[in-house]
Amino acid sequence: MMYSAKVMDHFANPRNTGVLPDANGVGEVGNQQCGDIMKIYLKIENDQIADVRFQTFGCGAAIATSSMATELIKGKPLSEALKLTNGAVMEALDGLPPVKVHCSVLAEQAIKAAIADYYTRQGIDPTPFVGELSEDCHDCHGGCDDGCC
Amino acid sequence: MDHLVYLDNSATTRVSEPVLRAMLPFLTEQYGNPSSIYTLGQQAKAAIEEAREKVAKAINAKPREIFFTSCGTESDNWAIRGTARRMAAKGKKHLVTSAFEHHAVLHACKALEREGFEVTYLPVSADGLVDPAAVAAAIRPDTALVTIMYANNEIGTIQPIGEIGKICREKGVWFHTDAVQALGNVRIDVAAEQIDMLSLSGHKIHAPKGVGALYIRQGVLPESLMEGGGQESRRRPGTENTASIVGLGQAVEDAYADFDEKIARMAALRDRLIDGLLKIPDTRLNGSRERRLCTNVNISFKGIEGEGILLWLDMNGVAASSGSACTSGSLDPSHVLLAIGLDHGTAHGSLRLSLGRYNTDADVDHVLAVLPGIIARLRELSPVYQA
Repeated sequence: MMYSAKVMDHFANPRNTGVLPDANGVGEVGNQQCGDIMKIYLKIENDQIADVRFQTFGCGAAIATSSMATELIKGKPLSEALKLTNGAVMEALDGLPPVKVHCSVLAEQAIKAAIADYYTRQGIDPTPFVGELSEDCHDCHGGCDDGCC
Repeated sequence: MDHLVYLDNSATTRVSEPVLRAMLPFLTEQYGNPSSIYTLGQQAKAAIEEAREKVAKAINAKPREIFFTSCGTESDNWAIRGTARRMAAKGKKHLVTSAFEHHAVLHACKALEREGFEVTYLPVSADGLVDPAAVAAAIRPDTALVTIMYANNEIGTIQPIGEIGKICREKGVWFHTDAVQALGNVRIDVAAEQIDMLSLSGHKIHAPKGVGALYIRQGVLPESLMEGGGQESRRRPGTENTASIVGLGQAVEDAYADFDEKIARMAALRDRLIDGLLKIPDTRLNGSRERRLCTNVNISFKGIEGEGILLWLDMNGVAASSGSACTSGSLDPSHVLLAIGLDHGTAHGSLRLSLGRYNTDADVDHVLAVLPGIIARLRELSPVYQA
């Protein structure tokens, strides 16, 4: 198997899935062109991630990294959620194949996009907290196309 | 299911029992070098010639027109690059191919472009078919070669090879076809279809990996790609892979021995799969339904990505493949699905199930039982799918 047992667990039994109707921060990154879209819904209360849900169009790693990322920030203060890195998501999943590293980057960006949306809705400029968010899928280049047919 | 439901026969196949039995002596006692003059060598030589006759007979060629190679990719490269080099000397530096060829053909053409050749990549129809009139229109006085695949590896569409062959012969241009997916699943007649070169491979038809052949019509002379000994009539050097060549001969013979019965059985399984899967909402069949290999099912499921389908199928004991980028690690999904006009999202959500002679009704039942639940589950997770 190309994936760790943890990745397969989070792929087959993803945590925190679906839509959060009363979300006050929603972030979506990626596009169908690259084959990955992640959407994160946050319910933030008193600067804490009170609840989180996700929806993902993408490969096994995209689903697993979304799931793990939501687990890592659930119940955490915003300041901690903002520190989530793709490296931490990968580590928590016992690693990813090199061509799938971009999925963990996307998960980190999806969380940041959702938090940025929360700040914007509060009338606060998110840039000092989350920095500039990249919209393109520059990390998607894997580059191997060994045809198996 | 307590056994693997293997539905990736267009990727590769298992070595059949008869093929293995035919090969074993040449991996054990009959180890002679076919170029040696003593009995042990000459027995190996005789076995290779017998295999050559079997391959030739299956496609209505002469045995001396069959050249054994290491794989389909080598055969394609030899036909394309070897012809390009031969024809460049005559000032012919243009090739005609299609947009949805196998990478062995497309990348060989790209390599020639870097060497100064010009390549016309013909578009294909939404049904996945090359238009013979477009081939005729693309041929120029400096065209060195037309290369169009016999049947597509991803969507299984069977091309109008006879019509294209006729056009090429009339215009005096060599015509090559990659028949790796067609061999054993279609009746091939290189004489009637006016084919000048044809690539085939062993491991798609229950011979081992690492053996293939190129049919080269008498009088057609692509340059050799390698220098070496005098094997294969001095045109493809290297000590012959005797056991695998014997295996290829046996596999080709077996593929056509029970042809009509086998094709009818596989086509029935294919049709059950297609009809069953199209009952899932927001689903489409990729490639012509009528002009289609009996082995191929290729379906796109709206709103989801192919790798997830494959992982769930694997957990349910089913081996299949997808045109999604995620399964290859590259940015773009299948060039074949894009060539027939699918958008990226739809191409990412595609599934190829490819049948072989060992598949059964129970295999089809199992897929039809598990797949709707897998699709529903992934769609539930998807931010882009709306029922």
